[in-house]
Amino acid sequence: MKIGVLVNEGPYTHEASDSAYQFTKAAIEKGHEIYRVFFYHDGVNNSTRLTEPPRDDRNIVSRWSELAKAHSLDLVVCIAAAQRRGIMDENEAKRQGKDAHNLADGFRISGLGQLVEAGIQCDRLVTFGD
Amino acid sequence: MLHIVNKSPYERNSLESCLRLATNGSAVLLIEDGIYGATKGGSFEGKVQAAMAGVKIYVLGPDLSARGMADRVIDGVNVVDYGGFVDLVAEHSNCQSWL
Repeated sequence: MKIGVLVNEGPYTHEASDSAYQFTKAAIEKGHEIYRVFFYHDGVNNSTRLTEPPRDDRNIVSRWSELAKAHSLDLVVCIAAAQRRGIMDENEAKRQGKDAHNLADGFRISGLGQLVEAGIQCDRLVTFGD
Repeated sequence: MLHIVNKSPYERNSLESCLRLATNGSAVLLIEDGIYGATKGGSFEGKVQAAMAGVKIYVLGPDLSARGMADRVIDGVNVVDYGGFVDLVAEHSNCQSWL
């Protein structure tokens, strides 16, 4: 079954990022296709590679990157939500004249159309948030 | 329809709204702080007991354990793991998160 996942909450806030990750992992293990994980609102903060949690804590950002690498996941970050919160890839940083970029491996920045498309293409869309 | 509730009924009214509007035969999955809705002894237990006449109630086991509530689940509530969560999503034609 094609499943889409929507993440609306930032990491280390309540539990939505963790629930979304565990759900995504379990769905892959069950043989389902994760069509896309879309990060919206504060959920875009899941994609900054500059997070450095304490060593005995889980690293939510790199955990997503590793899962994406292992299973060729499409992790999409909403561009408007990302710009508001200072999340950018190299191209966007150049375009905006910024001196740094911070998008983590395995994520890509795109528009809300990607969420709409996932809603159309997927058999199920599961929302995690606050 | 699968309804997913992630906040405690003692913090927000999302579970109360969900149980009021869920149609007979639908399922409700309690995750994160929502698991408190599946525990015995609180003032909300009666509402969950009454709802079980029409809807099936599920609760996420790992979230119960993380809060030390695994041995306080209301009789008749089904405990599932993340794999069971995925199965519930697959079994129902759509799902609604009560955020």
